[in-house]
Amino acid sequence: MFEQGVKDIQKLKKIAKEIRKDILLMLNKAGSGHTGGSLSAVELLTALFFAKMKHDPKNLTWKGRDHFILSKGHAAPLLYAILAKCGYFKHEELFELRQLGSRLQGHPDCKLTPGIEVPTGSLGQGLSMANGIAMALRLDELSGRVYVLLGDGEVQEGQVWEAAMTAAHYKLDNVCAILDNNRLQIDGWVEEVKNIEPLAAKWEAFGWNVKEINGHDFRQILEALNEVELVKGKPSIIIAHTVKGKGVSFFENKAKYHGVAPTNDELELALKELEEGIK
Amino acid sequence: MKKASLREAYGRTLVELGKENKDIVVLDADLSGSTKTKMFAKEFPERFFNIGIAEQDMMGTAAGLAAAGKIPFASTFAIFATGRAWEQIRQSIAYAGLNVKIVASHGGITVGDDGGSHQAIEDVGLMRILPNMTVIVPADAIEMEQVIRTIAKYKGPVYVRGARIDFPVIYDDKDYHFQIGKGSILREGRDITLIAMGLMVHHALEAASILSLEGIECRVVNMSSIKPIDRDLIIDSAQKTELIVTIEEHLITNGLGSAVCEVVCEECPVPVKRLGIKDRFGISGKPDKLLSYFHLTPQDIVEEVKKVLQRKPRLVRAVG
Repeated sequence: MFEQGVKDIQKLKKIAKEIRKDILLMLNKAGSGHTGGSLSAVELLTALFFAKMKHDPKNLTWKGRDHFILSKGHAAPLLYAILAKCGYFKHEELFELRQLGSRLQGHPDCKLTPGIEVPTGSLGQGLSMANGIAMALRLDELSGRVYVLLGDGEVQEGQVWEAAMTAAHYKLDNVCAILDNNRLQIDGWVEEVKNIEPLAAKWEAFGWNVKEINGHDFRQILEALNEVELVKGKPSIIIAHTVKGKGVSFFENKAKYHGVAPTNDELELALKELEEGIK
Repeated sequence: MKKASLREAYGRTLVELGKENKDIVVLDADLSGSTKTKMFAKEFPERFFNIGIAEQDMMGTAAGLAAAGKIPFASTFAIFATGRAWEQIRQSIAYAGLNVKIVASHGGITVGDDGGSHQAIEDVGLMRILPNMTVIVPADAIEMEQVIRTIAKYKGPVYVRGARIDFPVIYDDKDYHFQIGKGSILREGRDITLIAMGLMVHHALEAASILSLEGIECRVVNMSSIKPIDRDLIIDSAQKTELIVTIEEHLITNGLGSAVCEVVCEECPVPVKRLGIKDRFGISGKPDKLLSYFHLTPQDIVEEVKKVLQRKPRLVRAVG
Protein backbone atom coordinates (compact mmCIF):
# COMPACT_ATOMS: atom_id res chain seq x y z
CA MET A 1 0.00 0.00 0.00
CA PHE A 2 1.39 3.37 -0.96
CA GLU A 3 1.81 6.16 1.50
CA GLN A 4 -0.27 9.28 0.89
CA GLY A 5 0.24 12.75 2.25
CA VAL A 6 4.00 12.33 2.65
CA LYS A 7 5.36 15.38 4.45
CA ASP A 8 8.97 14.25 4.78
CA ILE A 9 10.98 15.80 1.97
CA GLN A 10 13.76 13.22 2.24
CA LYS A 11 11.14 10.54 1.65
CA LEU A 12 9.80 12.40 -1.40
CA LYS A 13 13.32 12.72 -2.76
CA LYS A 14 13.80 8.98 -2.37
CA ILE A 15 10.56 8.31 -4.26
CA ALA A 16 11.62 10.75 -7.00
CA LYS A 17 14.89 8.90 -7.44
CA GLU A 18 13.07 5.59 -7.81
CA ILE A 19 10.66 7.14 -10.30
CA ARG A 20 13.59 8.42 -12.37
CA LYS A 21 15.12 4.95 -12.42
CA ASP A 22 11.83 3.42 -13.51
CA ILE A 23 11.47 5.97 -16.30
CA LEU A 24 14.92 5.19 -17.65
CA LEU A 25 14.49 1.44 -17.34
CA MET A 26 11.10 1.37 -19.05
CA LEU A 27 12.19 3.70 -21.84
CA ASN A 28 15.32 1.64 -22.45
CA LYS A 29 13.23 -1.54 -22.60
CA ALA A 30 10.70 0.09 -24.95
CA GLY A 31 13.48 1.41 -27.17
CA SER A 32 11.61 4.65 -27.80
CA GLY A 33 9.78 7.37 -25.90
CA HIS A 34 10.23 10.76 -24.30
CA THR A 35 13.07 10.94 -21.81
CA GLY A 36 13.75 14.64 -21.30
CA GLY A 37 10.22 15.84 -20.57
CA SER A 38 9.52 12.88 -18.32
CA LEU A 39 12.56 13.59 -16.15
CA SER A 40 11.84 17.32 -15.89
CA ALA A 41 8.52 16.83 -14.11
CA VAL A 42 9.42 14.03 -11.68
CA GLU A 43 9.31 16.20 -8.55
CA LEU A 44 6.08 17.89 -9.68
CA LEU A 45 4.19 14.62 -10.07
CA THR A 46 5.80 12.98 -7.06
CA ALA A 47 4.64 15.90 -4.92
CA LEU A 48 1.14 15.76 -6.39
CA PHE A 49 0.56 12.01 -6.13
CA PHE A 50 2.42 11.27 -2.88
CA ALA A 51 1.96 14.46 -0.89
CA LYS A 52 -0.91 16.54 -2.20
CA MET A 53 -3.69 14.83 -4.09
CA LYS A 54 -6.57 12.88 -2.61
CA HIS A 55 -6.84 9.70 -4.62
CA ASP A 56 -7.38 6.00 -4.08
CA PRO A 57 -5.75 3.46 -6.41
CA LYS A 58 -8.24 0.86 -5.14
CA ASN A 59 -11.27 3.01 -5.91
CA LEU A 60 -10.84 4.68 -9.28
CA THR A 61 -14.26 6.32 -9.30
CA TRP A 62 -14.18 7.66 -5.73
CA LYS A 63 -16.15 10.88 -5.89
CA GLY A 64 -14.03 12.69 -3.34
CA ARG A 65 -10.82 12.36 -5.34
CA ASP A 66 -8.68 15.02 -6.93
CA HIS A 67 -8.09 14.67 -10.67
CA PHE A 68 -4.91 14.76 -12.68
CA ILE A 69 -4.53 15.34 -16.43
CA LEU A 70 -1.23 14.94 -18.24
CA SER A 71 -1.78 17.48 -20.99
CA LYS A 72 1.81 17.00 -22.14
CA GLY A 73 0.93 13.40 -22.87
CA HIS A 74 4.37 12.47 -24.15
CA ALA A 75 5.55 12.38 -20.53
CA ALA A 76 3.48 9.20 -20.21
CA PRO A 77 6.46 7.15 -18.87
CA LEU A 78 6.60 9.47 -15.86
CA LEU A 79 2.89 9.16 -15.19
CA TYR A 80 3.01 5.37 -15.58
CA ALA A 81 5.95 5.10 -13.17
CA ILE A 82 4.02 7.22 -10.64
CA LEU A 83 0.80 5.26 -11.06
CA ALA A 84 2.61 1.94 -10.66
CA LYS A 85 4.30 3.16 -7.50
CA CYS A 86 0.93 4.25 -6.14
CA GLY A 87 -0.43 0.77 -6.84
CA TYR A 88 -2.77 1.46 -9.78
CA PHE A 89 -1.13 -1.52 -11.50
CA LYS A 90 1.81 -3.82 -10.97
CA HIS A 91 5.36 -2.50 -11.26
CA GLU A 92 6.39 -5.13 -13.82
CA GLU A 93 3.75 -3.86 -16.21
CA LEU A 94 5.93 -0.76 -16.72
CA PHE A 95 8.22 -2.83 -18.88
CA GLU A 96 5.45 -3.51 -21.37
CA LEU A 97 5.44 0.18 -22.33
CA ARG A 98 4.67 0.78 -26.02
CA GLN A 99 4.43 -2.93 -26.82
CA LEU A 100 1.63 -4.51 -28.78
CA GLY A 101 -1.14 -5.55 -26.41
CA SER A 102 0.15 -3.41 -23.53
CA ARG A 103 -2.14 -1.25 -21.39
CA LEU A 104 0.64 1.35 -21.39
CA GLN A 105 0.30 3.08 -24.75
CA GLY A 106 2.86 5.51 -26.11
CA HIS A 107 0.58 8.32 -24.94
CA PRO A 108 -2.07 8.12 -22.17
CA ASP A 109 -5.18 6.13 -23.06
CA CYS A 110 -7.86 6.25 -20.37
CA LYS A 111 -9.66 3.27 -21.87
CA LEU A 112 -6.74 1.04 -21.00
CA THR A 113 -4.75 2.37 -18.06
CA PRO A 114 -6.15 2.49 -14.51
CA GLY A 115 -5.69 5.94 -12.98
CA ILE A 116 -5.80 7.84 -16.25
CA GLU A 117 -8.92 9.94 -16.65
CA VAL A 118 -8.81 11.40 -20.17
CA PRO A 119 -6.92 10.69 -23.39
CA THR A 120 -4.04 13.02 -24.20
CA GLY A 121 -1.07 13.06 -26.51
CA SER A 122 -2.10 15.55 -29.14
CA LEU A 123 -0.91 18.71 -27.42
CA GLY A 124 -2.96 21.64 -26.22
CA GLN A 125 -6.13 19.78 -25.23
CA GLY A 126 -5.71 18.90 -21.56
CA LEU A 127 -6.66 22.24 -20.05
CA SER A 128 -10.03 22.25 -21.85
CA MET A 129 -10.76 18.81 -20.42
CA ALA A 130 -9.62 19.92 -16.96
CA ASN A 131 -12.10 22.79 -17.17
CA GLY A 132 -14.88 20.36 -18.11
CA ILE A 133 -14.12 18.13 -15.13
CA ALA A 134 -13.93 21.20 -12.87
CA MET A 135 -17.34 22.38 -14.07
CA ALA A 136 -18.81 18.94 -13.37
CA LEU A 137 -17.30 18.89 -9.86
CA ARG A 138 -18.82 22.28 -9.16
CA LEU A 139 -22.26 21.18 -10.41
CA ASP A 140 -22.05 18.10 -8.20
CA GLU A 141 -20.82 20.18 -5.25
CA LEU A 142 -17.70 18.05 -4.93
CA SER A 143 -14.58 19.49 -3.37
CA GLY A 144 -12.02 17.73 -5.59
CA ARG A 145 -9.44 19.76 -7.46
CA VAL A 146 -8.24 19.28 -11.01
CA TYR A 147 -4.50 19.38 -11.66
CA VAL A 148 -3.21 19.58 -15.20
CA LEU A 149 0.42 19.43 -16.30
CA LEU A 150 1.24 21.55 -19.34
CA GLY A 151 4.46 21.66 -21.30
CA ASP A 152 6.06 24.99 -22.09
CA GLY A 153 6.28 24.30 -25.81
CA GLU A 154 2.69 23.13 -25.58
CA VAL A 155 1.38 26.62 -24.85
CA GLN A 156 2.20 27.50 -28.44
CA GLU A 157 -1.09 25.70 -29.17
CA GLY A 158 -3.94 28.21 -29.46
CA GLN A 159 -6.45 25.97 -27.70
CA VAL A 160 -4.52 26.40 -24.43
CA TRP A 161 -5.39 30.09 -24.49
CA GLU A 162 -9.01 29.45 -25.41
CA ALA A 163 -9.16 27.20 -22.36
CA ALA A 164 -7.29 29.75 -20.24
CA MET A 165 -10.06 32.26 -21.01
CA THR A 166 -12.76 29.72 -20.22
CA ALA A 167 -11.28 28.83 -16.82
CA ALA A 168 -11.01 32.50 -15.87
CA HIS A 169 -14.48 33.37 -17.20
CA TYR A 170 -16.11 30.59 -15.21
CA LYS A 171 -13.93 31.35 -12.18
CA LEU A 172 -12.75 27.75 -11.97
CA ASP A 173 -10.72 28.08 -8.78
CA ASN A 174 -10.70 24.28 -8.54
CA VAL A 175 -8.37 24.16 -11.55
CA CYS A 176 -4.64 24.21 -10.94
CA ALA A 177 -2.38 24.14 -13.98
CA ILE A 178 1.28 23.36 -13.58
CA LEU A 179 3.59 24.43 -16.36
CA ASP A 180 6.74 22.35 -16.74
CA ASN A 181 8.95 25.17 -17.98
CA ASN A 182 11.97 23.16 -19.11
CA ARG A 183 12.62 25.66 -21.94
CA LEU A 184 13.21 23.03 -24.62
CA GLN A 185 11.02 21.59 -27.34
CA ILE A 186 11.85 19.09 -30.11
CA ASP A 187 13.35 21.62 -32.47
CA GLY A 188 15.43 23.37 -29.84
CA TRP A 189 15.12 26.15 -27.26
CA VAL A 190 11.51 27.32 -26.99
CA GLU A 191 12.79 30.87 -27.06
CA GLU A 192 14.31 30.27 -30.49
CA VAL A 193 11.60 28.07 -32.02
CA LYS A 194 8.83 30.48 -31.04
CA ASN A 195 9.12 32.59 -27.94
CA ILE A 196 6.33 32.17 -25.37
CA GLU A 197 7.56 34.77 -22.87
CA PRO A 198 6.52 36.68 -20.89
CA LEU A 199 4.73 33.63 -19.52
CA ALA A 200 3.68 34.88 -16.10
CA ALA A 201 2.39 38.17 -17.52
CA LYS A 202 0.40 36.31 -20.17
CA TRP A 203 -1.38 34.08 -17.64
CA GLU A 204 -1.98 37.05 -15.34
CA ALA A 205 -3.46 38.99 -18.23
CA PHE A 206 -5.75 36.03 -18.91
CA GLY A 207 -7.11 36.32 -15.38
CA TRP A 208 -5.11 33.62 -13.62
CA ASN A 209 -3.39 33.55 -10.26
CA VAL A 210 0.26 32.89 -11.08
CA LYS A 211 2.99 31.45 -8.88
CA GLU A 212 6.56 30.83 -10.04
CA ILE A 213 8.77 28.22 -8.42
CA ASN A 214 11.77 25.97 -8.86
CA GLY A 215 10.09 22.79 -10.10
CA HIS A 216 12.69 20.49 -8.57
CA ASP A 217 12.41 21.88 -5.03
CA PHE A 218 9.84 19.88 -3.05
CA ARG A 219 9.47 22.54 -0.40
CA GLN A 220 8.61 25.17 -3.00
CA ILE A 221 6.29 22.82 -4.88
CA LEU A 222 4.30 21.88 -1.79
CA GLU A 223 4.09 25.45 -0.55
CA ALA A 224 2.84 26.59 -3.94
CA LEU A 225 0.25 23.82 -4.17
CA ASN A 226 -1.07 24.68 -0.71
CA GLU A 227 -1.00 28.41 -1.31
CA VAL A 228 -2.88 28.41 -4.63
CA GLU A 229 -5.60 26.24 -3.16
CA LEU A 230 -6.58 29.18 -0.97
CA VAL A 231 -7.07 31.53 -3.92
CA LYS A 232 -10.78 31.81 -4.70
CA GLY A 233 -12.57 33.16 -7.76
CA LYS A 234 -9.87 32.43 -10.29
CA PRO A 235 -7.85 29.49 -11.57
CA SER A 236 -4.20 29.14 -10.60
CA ILE A 237 -1.10 28.23 -12.52
CA ILE A 238 2.23 27.24 -11.05
CA ILE A 239 5.02 28.02 -13.48
CA ALA A 240 7.65 25.51 -12.50
CA HIS A 241 11.13 26.26 -13.75
CA THR A 242 12.70 22.92 -14.52
CA VAL A 243 15.59 21.29 -16.34
CA LYS A 244 14.83 18.99 -19.24
CA GLY A 245 16.43 15.60 -18.63
CA LYS A 246 16.90 16.47 -14.92
CA GLY A 247 19.04 14.06 -12.90
CA VAL A 248 21.23 12.68 -15.68
CA SER A 249 24.06 15.02 -16.67
CA PHE A 250 24.24 14.02 -20.31
CA PHE A 251 20.46 14.35 -20.80
CA GLU A 252 20.12 17.70 -19.07
CA ASN A 253 19.23 20.67 -21.28
CA LYS A 254 19.56 18.62 -24.47
CA ALA A 255 16.78 18.94 -27.04
CA LYS A 256 18.04 15.72 -28.59
CA TYR A 257 16.71 13.72 -25.62
CA HIS A 258 13.17 15.07 -25.99
CA GLY A 259 12.02 11.96 -27.79
CA VAL A 260 14.89 9.49 -27.57
CA ALA A 261 15.18 6.57 -25.16
CA PRO A 262 18.44 5.76 -23.35
CA THR A 263 20.68 3.14 -24.95
CA ASN A 264 22.08 0.32 -22.80
CA ASP A 265 25.32 2.21 -22.21
CA GLU A 266 23.51 5.44 -21.41
CA LEU A 267 21.19 3.57 -19.05
CA GLU A 268 24.09 2.11 -17.10
CA LEU A 269 25.77 5.48 -16.69
CA ALA A 270 22.48 7.21 -15.90
CA LEU A 271 21.51 4.75 -13.17
CA LYS A 272 24.96 5.16 -11.64
CA GLU A 273 24.60 8.93 -11.68
CA LEU A 274 21.17 8.76 -10.09
CA GLU A 275 22.57 6.58 -7.30
CA GLU A 276 25.64 8.68 -6.66
CA GLY A 277 24.31 12.09 -7.69
CA ILE A 278 25.66 14.19 -10.56
CA LYS A 279 29.29 15.06 -9.84
CA MET B 1 -47.40 21.20 -46.58
CA LYS B 2 -46.54 21.46 -42.89
CA LYS B 3 -42.99 22.45 -42.08
CA ALA B 4 -41.16 22.50 -38.76
CA SER B 5 -37.80 23.59 -37.45
CA LEU B 6 -35.26 20.95 -36.47
CA ARG B 7 -33.48 23.55 -34.37
CA GLU B 8 -36.63 24.37 -32.39
CA ALA B 9 -37.27 20.68 -31.90
CA TYR B 10 -33.72 20.28 -30.58
CA GLY B 11 -33.98 23.23 -28.19
CA ARG B 12 -37.37 22.12 -26.90
CA THR B 13 -36.25 18.52 -26.40
CA LEU B 14 -33.13 19.65 -24.55
CA VAL B 15 -35.29 21.55 -22.08
CA GLU B 16 -37.48 18.49 -21.52
CA LEU B 17 -34.43 16.27 -21.05
CA GLY B 18 -32.92 18.85 -18.73
CA LYS B 19 -35.96 18.53 -16.47
CA GLU B 20 -35.76 14.75 -16.49
CA ASN B 21 -32.02 14.37 -15.96
CA LYS B 22 -29.82 16.75 -14.02
CA ASP B 23 -26.69 15.33 -15.66
CA ILE B 24 -27.63 16.86 -19.03
CA VAL B 25 -25.38 19.88 -19.66
CA VAL B 26 -25.18 22.02 -22.78
CA LEU B 27 -22.33 23.91 -24.42
CA ASP B 28 -22.37 26.36 -27.29
CA ALA B 29 -19.85 28.52 -29.11
CA ASP B 30 -21.61 31.88 -29.37
CA LEU B 31 -24.41 30.58 -31.60
CA SER B 32 -26.95 29.61 -28.95
CA GLY B 33 -29.60 31.82 -30.55
CA SER B 34 -29.19 29.99 -33.85
CA THR B 35 -28.75 26.47 -32.55
CA LYS B 36 -31.58 27.06 -30.03
CA THR B 37 -29.54 25.88 -27.08
CA LYS B 38 -30.54 29.28 -25.66
CA MET B 39 -33.82 27.67 -24.67
CA PHE B 40 -31.91 25.34 -22.34
CA ALA B 41 -29.67 28.19 -21.16
CA LYS B 42 -32.73 30.17 -20.08
CA GLU B 43 -34.21 27.26 -18.15
CA PHE B 44 -30.98 25.89 -16.65
CA PRO B 45 -28.37 28.67 -16.64
CA GLU B 46 -26.07 26.77 -14.24
CA ARG B 47 -25.91 23.81 -16.62
CA PHE B 48 -25.23 25.85 -19.74
CA PHE B 49 -21.71 26.87 -20.75
CA ASN B 50 -21.16 29.38 -23.50
CA ILE B 51 -17.54 28.80 -24.47
CA GLY B 52 -17.47 31.75 -26.84
CA ILE B 53 -16.05 31.55 -30.35
CA ALA B 54 -13.74 28.67 -29.44
CA GLU B 55 -15.01 25.41 -30.89
CA GLN B 56 -11.83 23.47 -30.12
CA ASP B 57 -12.04 24.42 -26.47
CA MET B 58 -15.77 23.65 -26.47
CA MET B 59 -15.14 20.06 -27.61
CA GLY B 60 -12.38 19.60 -25.02
CA THR B 61 -14.56 21.03 -22.26
CA ALA B 62 -17.40 18.73 -23.31
CA ALA B 63 -14.97 15.79 -23.14
CA GLY B 64 -14.02 16.76 -19.57
CA LEU B 65 -17.66 17.05 -18.53
CA ALA B 66 -18.34 13.61 -20.02
CA ALA B 67 -15.29 12.12 -18.29
CA ALA B 68 -16.77 13.37 -15.01
CA GLY B 69 -20.11 11.68 -15.66
CA LYS B 70 -22.16 14.45 -17.28
CA ILE B 71 -24.04 14.08 -20.57
CA PRO B 72 -22.85 17.10 -22.55
CA PHE B 73 -24.58 18.32 -25.70
CA ALA B 74 -22.23 20.60 -27.66
CA SER B 75 -23.70 22.72 -30.43
CA THR B 76 -22.62 25.13 -33.13
CA PHE B 77 -22.85 25.28 -36.92
CA ALA B 78 -21.98 21.99 -38.62
CA ILE B 79 -18.85 23.27 -40.33
CA PHE B 80 -17.32 24.70 -37.16
CA ALA B 81 -18.25 21.66 -35.08
CA THR B 82 -16.82 19.08 -37.45
CA GLY B 83 -14.21 21.04 -39.36
CA ARG B 84 -12.71 23.52 -36.95
CA ALA B 85 -12.65 21.09 -34.06
CA TRP B 86 -12.11 17.81 -35.92
CA GLU B 87 -8.90 16.80 -34.23
CA GLN B 88 -10.26 17.76 -30.81
CA ILE B 89 -13.22 15.49 -31.48
CA ARG B 90 -10.81 12.75 -32.58
CA GLN B 91 -8.36 12.99 -29.67
CA SER B 92 -10.44 14.20 -26.74
CA ILE B 93 -13.81 12.58 -27.54
CA ALA B 94 -13.82 9.72 -30.06
CA TYR B 95 -10.49 8.16 -29.06
CA ALA B 96 -11.77 7.42 -25.58
CA GLY B 97 -15.38 6.95 -26.66
CA LEU B 98 -16.46 9.73 -24.30
CA ASN B 99 -20.18 10.38 -23.97
CA VAL B 100 -20.38 13.69 -25.85
CA LYS B 101 -23.30 14.56 -28.12
CA ILE B 102 -22.36 16.96 -30.89
CA VAL B 103 -25.57 18.38 -32.31
CA ALA B 104 -24.95 20.82 -35.15
CA SER B 105 -27.28 23.13 -36.98
CA HIS B 106 -26.62 24.53 -40.46
CA GLY B 107 -25.68 21.36 -42.31
CA GLY B 108 -25.65 21.45 -46.10
CA ILE B 109 -26.13 24.17 -48.72
CA THR B 110 -29.56 25.24 -47.45
CA VAL B 111 -27.63 27.46 -45.03
CA GLY B 112 -28.13 29.78 -48.02
CA ASP B 113 -27.00 33.39 -48.18
CA ASP B 114 -23.97 33.02 -45.89
CA GLY B 115 -22.29 31.09 -48.68
CA GLY B 116 -19.73 28.33 -49.02
CA SER B 117 -17.68 29.22 -45.96
CA HIS B 118 -20.68 28.41 -43.77
CA GLN B 119 -22.21 25.53 -45.71
CA ALA B 120 -21.06 22.18 -44.31
CA ILE B 121 -21.02 19.73 -47.21
CA GLU B 122 -18.38 17.41 -45.79
CA ASP B 123 -19.43 17.15 -42.13
CA VAL B 124 -21.00 13.69 -42.34
CA GLY B 125 -17.85 12.35 -43.97
CA LEU B 126 -15.61 13.97 -41.37
CA MET B 127 -17.55 12.34 -38.55
CA ARG B 128 -18.29 9.02 -40.26
CA ILE B 129 -14.59 8.27 -40.63
CA LEU B 130 -13.93 8.47 -36.87
CA PRO B 131 -13.89 5.18 -34.95
CA ASN B 132 -16.42 5.02 -32.07
CA MET B 133 -18.51 7.84 -33.60
CA THR B 134 -22.23 7.45 -34.32
CA VAL B 135 -23.63 9.71 -37.06
CA ILE B 136 -27.29 10.63 -37.40
CA VAL B 137 -29.06 12.90 -39.92
CA PRO B 138 -32.73 13.41 -39.01
CA ALA B 139 -35.22 13.93 -41.83
CA ASP B 140 -37.68 16.15 -39.97
CA ALA B 141 -38.40 17.81 -36.63
CA ILE B 142 -40.27 14.80 -35.27
CA GLU B 143 -37.31 12.57 -35.98
CA MET B 144 -34.92 15.16 -34.50
CA GLU B 145 -36.80 15.02 -31.21
CA GLN B 146 -36.65 11.22 -31.13
CA VAL B 147 -32.98 11.23 -32.08
CA ILE B 148 -32.12 13.61 -29.24
CA ARG B 149 -34.06 11.51 -26.73
CA THR B 150 -32.44 8.32 -28.01
CA ILE B 151 -28.86 9.56 -27.96
CA ALA B 152 -29.28 11.03 -24.48
CA LYS B 153 -29.73 7.43 -23.28
CA TYR B 154 -27.05 5.93 -25.55
CA LYS B 155 -23.54 5.91 -24.10
CA GLY B 156 -20.86 7.10 -26.52
CA PRO B 157 -20.03 9.95 -28.89
CA VAL B 158 -22.67 10.96 -31.43
CA TYR B 159 -22.82 13.53 -34.21
CA VAL B 160 -26.25 14.81 -35.25
CA ARG B 161 -26.61 16.98 -38.32
CA GLY B 162 -29.39 19.53 -38.24
CA ALA B 163 -30.25 22.36 -40.61
CA ARG B 164 -30.94 26.06 -40.72
CA ILE B 165 -34.19 25.88 -42.68
CA ASP B 166 -37.46 24.26 -41.65
CA PHE B 167 -38.08 20.81 -43.12
CA PRO B 168 -41.42 19.41 -44.34
CA VAL B 169 -42.87 17.12 -41.69
CA ILE B 170 -42.72 13.47 -42.73
CA TYR B 171 -43.42 11.52 -39.57
CA ASP B 172 -46.38 11.26 -37.29
CA ASP B 173 -44.97 11.51 -33.79
CA LYS B 174 -47.14 8.69 -32.49
CA ASP B 175 -46.21 6.05 -35.05
CA TYR B 176 -42.48 6.51 -35.51
CA HIS B 177 -39.69 5.19 -33.33
CA PHE B 178 -36.14 6.10 -34.26
CA GLN B 179 -33.45 3.51 -33.59
CA ILE B 180 -29.71 3.88 -33.96
CA GLY B 181 -28.58 1.63 -36.82
CA LYS B 182 -32.01 1.42 -38.46
CA GLY B 183 -33.28 3.05 -41.62
CA SER B 184 -36.98 3.24 -42.37
CA ILE B 185 -38.96 2.44 -45.50
CA LEU B 186 -41.35 5.30 -46.17
CA ARG B 187 -42.75 3.98 -49.42
CA GLU B 188 -42.62 0.60 -51.12
CA GLY B 189 -41.77 0.08 -54.78
CA ARG B 190 -40.33 -2.69 -56.92
CA ASP B 191 -38.42 -0.78 -59.61
CA ILE B 192 -35.76 1.19 -57.79
CA THR B 193 -34.76 2.23 -54.26
CA LEU B 194 -34.15 5.85 -53.37
CA ILE B 195 -32.02 6.12 -50.20
CA ALA B 196 -31.86 9.63 -48.78
CA MET B 197 -30.88 11.58 -45.69
CA GLY B 198 -32.06 14.86 -44.20
CA LEU B 199 -34.13 17.18 -46.37
CA MET B 200 -33.56 14.88 -49.35
CA VAL B 201 -35.86 12.29 -47.80
CA HIS B 202 -38.79 14.56 -48.50
CA HIS B 203 -37.53 15.30 -52.01
CA ALA B 204 -37.20 11.57 -52.65
CA LEU B 205 -40.81 11.05 -51.55
CA GLU B 206 -41.98 13.82 -53.89
CA ALA B 207 -39.98 12.33 -56.75
CA ALA B 208 -41.47 8.89 -56.04
CA SER B 209 -45.02 10.33 -56.28
CA ILE B 210 -44.24 11.90 -59.66
CA LEU B 211 -42.59 8.73 -60.97
CA SER B 212 -45.51 6.61 -59.79
CA LEU B 213 -47.77 8.56 -62.13
CA GLU B 214 -45.56 7.32 -64.93
CA GLY B 215 -45.67 3.72 -63.73
CA ILE B 216 -42.28 3.69 -62.02
CA GLU B 217 -42.52 2.47 -58.45
CA CYS B 218 -39.79 3.53 -56.01
CA ARG B 219 -38.95 2.21 -52.59
CA VAL B 220 -37.98 5.26 -50.51
CA VAL B 221 -35.67 4.79 -47.53
CA ASN B 222 -34.83 7.35 -44.87
CA MET B 223 -31.29 6.41 -43.87
CA SER B 224 -31.05 8.71 -40.87
CA SER B 225 -28.56 6.42 -39.14
CA ILE B 226 -25.51 6.94 -41.33
CA LYS B 227 -23.24 5.16 -38.85
CA PRO B 228 -23.90 2.47 -37.90
CA ILE B 229 -25.71 2.10 -41.21
CA ASP B 230 -28.60 -0.29 -41.76
CA ARG B 231 -26.76 -2.93 -43.78
CA ASP B 232 -29.70 -5.33 -43.83
CA LEU B 233 -32.04 -2.75 -45.30
CA ILE B 234 -29.51 -1.77 -47.98
CA ILE B 235 -28.91 -5.41 -48.93
CA ASP B 236 -32.65 -6.10 -48.99
CA SER B 237 -33.17 -3.06 -51.24
CA ALA B 238 -30.36 -4.10 -53.57
CA GLN B 239 -31.79 -7.61 -53.85
CA LYS B 240 -35.39 -6.52 -54.35
CA THR B 241 -35.01 -3.53 -56.68
CA GLU B 242 -31.56 -4.22 -58.19
CA LEU B 243 -30.96 -0.50 -58.55
CA ILE B 244 -30.27 2.22 -56.00
CA VAL B 245 -30.12 6.00 -56.11
CA THR B 246 -28.73 7.84 -53.08
CA ILE B 247 -29.59 11.48 -52.46
CA GLU B 248 -27.81 13.75 -50.00
CA GLU B 249 -27.30 17.44 -49.35
CA HIS B 250 -23.59 16.68 -48.93
CA LEU B 251 -20.61 15.83 -51.09
CA ILE B 252 -21.13 12.52 -52.83
CA THR B 253 -17.73 11.49 -51.50
CA ASN B 254 -17.69 9.90 -48.05
CA GLY B 255 -21.30 10.76 -47.23
CA LEU B 256 -24.47 8.70 -47.55
CA GLY B 257 -23.78 7.60 -51.13
CA SER B 258 -20.35 6.30 -50.27
CA ALA B 259 -21.66 4.53 -47.19
CA VAL B 260 -24.35 2.79 -49.23
CA CYS B 261 -21.84 1.85 -51.95
CA GLU B 262 -19.56 0.26 -49.36
CA VAL B 263 -22.34 -2.13 -48.34
CA VAL B 264 -23.65 -2.77 -51.85
CA CYS B 265 -20.21 -3.46 -53.33
CA GLU B 266 -19.31 -5.90 -50.60
CA GLU B 267 -22.60 -7.67 -50.15
CA CYS B 268 -24.78 -7.45 -53.25
CA PRO B 269 -23.35 -5.53 -56.20
CA VAL B 270 -25.99 -3.64 -58.18
CA PRO B 271 -25.72 -0.22 -59.88
CA VAL B 272 -25.80 2.75 -57.47
CA LYS B 273 -26.15 6.34 -58.61
CA ARG B 274 -25.09 8.96 -56.07
CA LEU B 275 -26.86 12.33 -56.21
CA GLY B 276 -25.39 15.18 -54.21
CA ILE B 277 -22.71 17.81 -54.48
CA LYS B 278 -19.80 16.88 -56.70
CA ASP B 279 -16.34 17.96 -55.58
CA ARG B 280 -17.03 21.65 -55.15
CA PHE B 281 -17.90 24.14 -52.42
CA GLY B 282 -21.22 25.87 -51.91
CA ILE B 283 -22.12 29.45 -52.85
CA SER B 284 -24.44 32.21 -51.65
CA GLY B 285 -28.09 32.15 -52.64
CA LYS B 286 -31.57 31.43 -51.33
CA PRO B 287 -31.96 27.80 -50.21
CA ASP B 288 -34.54 26.90 -52.89
CA LYS B 289 -32.43 28.49 -55.64
CA LEU B 290 -29.38 26.62 -54.38
CA LEU B 291 -31.24 23.31 -54.37
CA SER B 292 -32.05 23.88 -58.06
CA TYR B 293 -28.51 25.02 -58.79
CA PHE B 294 -27.09 21.85 -57.25
CA HIS B 295 -29.72 19.63 -58.97
CA LEU B 296 -31.28 18.47 -55.73
CA THR B 297 -34.97 19.16 -56.41
CA PRO B 298 -37.60 16.41 -56.70
CA GLN B 299 -37.69 17.02 -60.48
CA ASP B 300 -33.89 16.49 -60.66
CA ILE B 301 -34.32 13.20 -58.86
CA VAL B 302 -37.10 12.17 -61.29
CA GLU B 303 -34.84 12.81 -64.28
CA GLU B 304 -31.89 10.98 -62.75
CA VAL B 305 -34.06 8.00 -61.88
CA LYS B 306 -35.28 7.76 -65.48
CA LYS B 307 -31.70 7.90 -66.75
CA VAL B 308 -30.45 5.32 -64.33
CA LEU B 309 -33.36 2.97 -64.98
CA GLN B 310 -31.85 2.35 -68.42
CA ARG B 311 -29.12 0.44 -66.59
CA LYS B 312 -31.71 -2.10 -65.51
CA PRO B 313 -32.27 -4.34 -68.56
CA ARG B 314 -35.38 -6.19 -67.40
CA LEU B 315 -37.32 -3.08 -66.59
CA VAL B 316 -36.34 -1.36 -69.84
CA ARG B 317 -37.69 -4.38 -71.67
CA ALA B 318 -40.88 -4.35 -69.65
CA VAL B 319 -41.47 -0.65 -70.24
CA GLY B 320 -40.38 -0.90 -73.91
